[in-house]
Amino acid sequence: MRRWITWSTGFWVALFAVTWALSSYSFQLYKAFDARWIVRFPKSYELPTESWISALLDWLVDKAHFVVFTFRDLTRAIAAMIELPYQFLRNLLIEGFQSGIGAEAVQIAPSLSWVAVIAVAVLIAHFAKDWRLGALTGICFLYLAVFGQWASAMVTMASVLIAVPIGAVGGLLLGIAAYRSPLIEKCLRPILDLMQTVPVFAYLVPVLILFGFGPVAALVATVIYAMPPMVRVTIVALKAVPEEIKEAGRMVGCTRRQMMWKVLVPSASPALMVGVNQVIMLTLNMVIIASMIGAGGLGFDVLASLRRLDIGGGIEAGLAIVVMAIALDRVSQAFASRGVHEHRNGTFLKRHPWTSTSFAIIAGTLLVGQFMPAVQTYPQDLTITTGPFWTAAIEWINVNFFDAFEAIKLVVLQGLLLPVKKFFTGIPWAWGIIATGLFAWKLAGWRMGLMAMLFMAFISASGLWGKTMVTIYLCGVSVFLASVIGIPLGIWAAERPRAGRVILGLMDTLQTLPSFVYLIPVVMLFRVGDFSAMIAVVLYALAPAVRYAAFGLREVPAHLIEAGRMAGCTPRQILFRIKLPLATPHLLLGLNQTIMLALSMLVITALVGTRDLGQEVYIALTKANAGQGIVAGLCVAFIAIIADRVVHAAADGQRRRLGL
Amino acid sequence: MTNQVLLDCRDVWKIYGARAETILQEYDHPDPAALKAAGTIGAVRAANVQIHRGEIFVIMGLSGSGKSTLVRCLSRLVEPTAGSIHFDGMDLLSASAAELIEIRRKKMGMVFQQFALLPHLTVLENVAFPLDVQGVDRKTREARAREVVALVGLEGRENYYPRELSGGQQQRVGIARSLVVEPDLWFLDEPFSALDPLIRREMQDEFMRLQNMLKKTIVFITHDFDEAIRLADRIAVMKDGAIEQIAAPEELVLNAATEYVAEFTRHVSRAKVIRAKTIMSPVTSESFAGEVDWHATIESIADQVEAASGPMRVLKDGETVGQIDKQAVIDVLVGRK
Repeated sequence: MRRWITWSTGFWVALFAVTWALSSYSFQLYKAFDARWIVRFPKSYELPTESWISALLDWLVDKAHFVVFTFRDLTRAIAAMIELPYQFLRNLLIEGFQSGIGAEAVQIAPSLSWVAVIAVAVLIAHFAKDWRLGALTGICFLYLAVFGQWASAMVTMASVLIAVPIGAVGGLLLGIAAYRSPLIEKCLRPILDLMQTVPVFAYLVPVLILFGFGPVAALVATVIYAMPPMVRVTIVALKAVPEEIKEAGRMVGCTRRQMMWKVLVPSASPALMVGVNQVIMLTLNMVIIASMIGAGGLGFDVLASLRRLDIGGGIEAGLAIVVMAIALDRVSQAFASRGVHEHRNGTFLKRHPWTSTSFAIIAGTLLVGQFMPAVQTYPQDLTITTGPFWTAAIEWINVNFFDAFEAIKLVVLQGLLLPVKKFFTGIPWAWGIIATGLFAWKLAGWRMGLMAMLFMAFISASGLWGKTMVTIYLCGVSVFLASVIGIPLGIWAAERPRAGRVILGLMDTLQTLPSFVYLIPVVMLFRVGDFSAMIAVVLYALAPAVRYAAFGLREVPAHLIEAGRMAGCTPRQILFRIKLPLATPHLLLGLNQTIMLALSMLVITALVGTRDLGQEVYIALTKANAGQGIVAGLCVAFIAIIADRVVHAAADGQRRRLGL
Repeated sequence: MTNQVLLDCRDVWKIYGARAETILQEYDHPDPAALKAAGTIGAVRAANVQIHRGEIFVIMGLSGSGKSTLVRCLSRLVEPTAGSIHFDGMDLLSASAAELIEIRRKKMGMVFQQFALLPHLTVLENVAFPLDVQGVDRKTREARAREVVALVGLEGRENYYPRELSGGQQQRVGIARSLVVEPDLWFLDEPFSALDPLIRREMQDEFMRLQNMLKKTIVFITHDFDEAIRLADRIAVMKDGAIEQIAAPEELVLNAATEYVAEFTRHVSRAKVIRAKTIMSPVTSESFAGEVDWHATIESIADQVEAASGPMRVLKDGETVGQIDKQAVIDVLVGRK
């Protein structure tokens, strides 16, 4: 045992030492041997992956056809199928129904009034849980009206109402297919891995090329982004249905279809609702990004304000998204944990009190709205804007604390960011491939080692080595900081229940914020650069570190703690000798989640001027270069997959060693 | 009169592992060591069971003995590796998927250890579920379900959800669900094991009450030997996938076939198992202090015999077939051979 430990430690020390030496002296080596290939992958060997992908896409758009229709026809058909219900919802929620075009348009029917929308939202929330949730939802929606965000919010709402059902039902069906056929599951798994790890920006361009600029393209991109967790949740939920329930279904003579729709899906429905909740949250997360390819609404407002450097406007629209996210999150969570209610008998009105109340309110406001415009549309004069307040507040902070902020920024940059950056960017690509392989091999076996080397070789051959190293450095530093802050917070939350409630509640809220929202205050206070990016990433990726740490500590079996107490351990010893070692698998899983979130956020921080893969993807987006974007996106995905597999393997190994 | 045997299972094997299919071709009758050497597990080994119409057949064994796998082979929830199973003269193992669905819909019912109720349906809907699956219209199936719910004593709870019921009540729903189609063959897989001892006793009584009314053919799985003795007409004792002995409870206690069975029966209160007919002696006395039924257990007649002034007459269908005295009863009670 002792020898094994020394050997293992020796391996890590040696690996680090060699990497450090090569990183520090790679430039000298290049000069000494006059071998430029040491620091730079030879251009002539680079893979033309970019142009292949672009060519493939061109071929798809221009030439590809199936027997009777072209690929273009297919995308147009899909577009039409999405467009129709989307337009209907937009009309229903905000624009009203009209016939004719332009100046000759005649309004046939008005949209739902703001009063009706709020009332229905409150009723749904009450139906899902109780009046308290109803009140919260009401306040959230009222915020949208009072702060003048109503029109944009309803446009966003329309796209959410389209994207969520498509994502949820599509994910459910794919999940069912995978549950039924192991072959499909095997094929689906890597695709899901890629869908979840390739940054959104990377597939915005192909979607743009296939569907054209506009809400439809935005919806397609949103669905691609939001669907994978639903597929995974469905597979897990169906597999988790107790064996006896499946047997009971078979023993009463269910056919395959009855088995699925009468036994499995209903039994798994609470778990499936968790998946739907995830789809909703991811859809909202995409709101701002999707507005880059034509989704209007709140996302567009945020983006436009950021471009104008209109701080107040950006914060206001951003807060509106947050408010919507909170309302939708809480309501969908309530549906997930909601038990079935008692049966009612009697007339339609008695059996469906909520539905009938909703219709009554809608009809009532429609009627009253004809005479009182204030009921139909929230009056302009009564809106409040906080924009100037936010602008002034930020200005005040900047004026008074500029020096302090600059000092902090400088210290962190000089002391932490730059040295780490130098270390990573100095590593010669050839050694980088080998070192990654060794690293993965040691923690996750030779298969993973080989795969990691292949991935890194692909990255080098795509000419993106340098940018990848910048990504790894930024991700590494952010994850390190997030863990250093998050794990103690998690421990604190686990040890002190009252503090825990506050901390975990805060983390819940942080997680409901769309990733983009984090950028707003950071940019306002620290301007652009690696430091701002790091802060945004740390904030975004903090939640899993805290949650998993708290969860892991609370999961430690009570009898082990009692055993420790009876052996005379101080609380400190109990924490460090019993709880933390036993919680390491959970801490590692938290680390894994932190890394995943950090990588997804890093791509977005390209907007604040980092020089990493995210920037590459973003440039591709502005140039509409599909190949460039996808290749860079794949590089991000590969890093994510390596990190995911290695950390999982480490967690499993630790769990085995602890006999859990 | 149709065949006496409803379910006939011959030389059934269930082997798990990569080489499950081939191992039986290599060996004629592999023992556990050979199975283990081949990297396989013999969950059920060469099981022969004939279940007669109207009897309660209990399969008894500790956990891991293969009793649950065996009953799943009998209902074909698990595909046996080898052997033949005939249900009502029909070859169950060659039945197509559609035929199997039809058999299960009309002729089989099953009760599960963890109740296996559908959480999203009410008591009434759960009980009516087998009929719903068959496409019976709502009115008919709910009327029928109401009858069965009443039969298991749950009137008034029709609109409750499973999670609102106690364990015993939930299992009553499970029983009602399995009875709603009036099955010919009724499987009960450790139906009372998840219940508290007091409730278990109550449910056993309830089960006997139902059986006296319905006279079903029953395959009952349990790991509780006392429960087996209480309910069974015949018991099959399983160990390591093989059936050690099949016999009536009394036979099992008096003539254990193997050391393992003897180990089980050693601590059983013999008075609960042994019946008057077993210990009665030929009629020698002229006068009797009373009479007992020849099928009664010693436990149930002990007080009577003890209080009597002389030997008692043992009756079979009204005819005197023997006599029984205090000494014989005391011998049983103190465990003298």
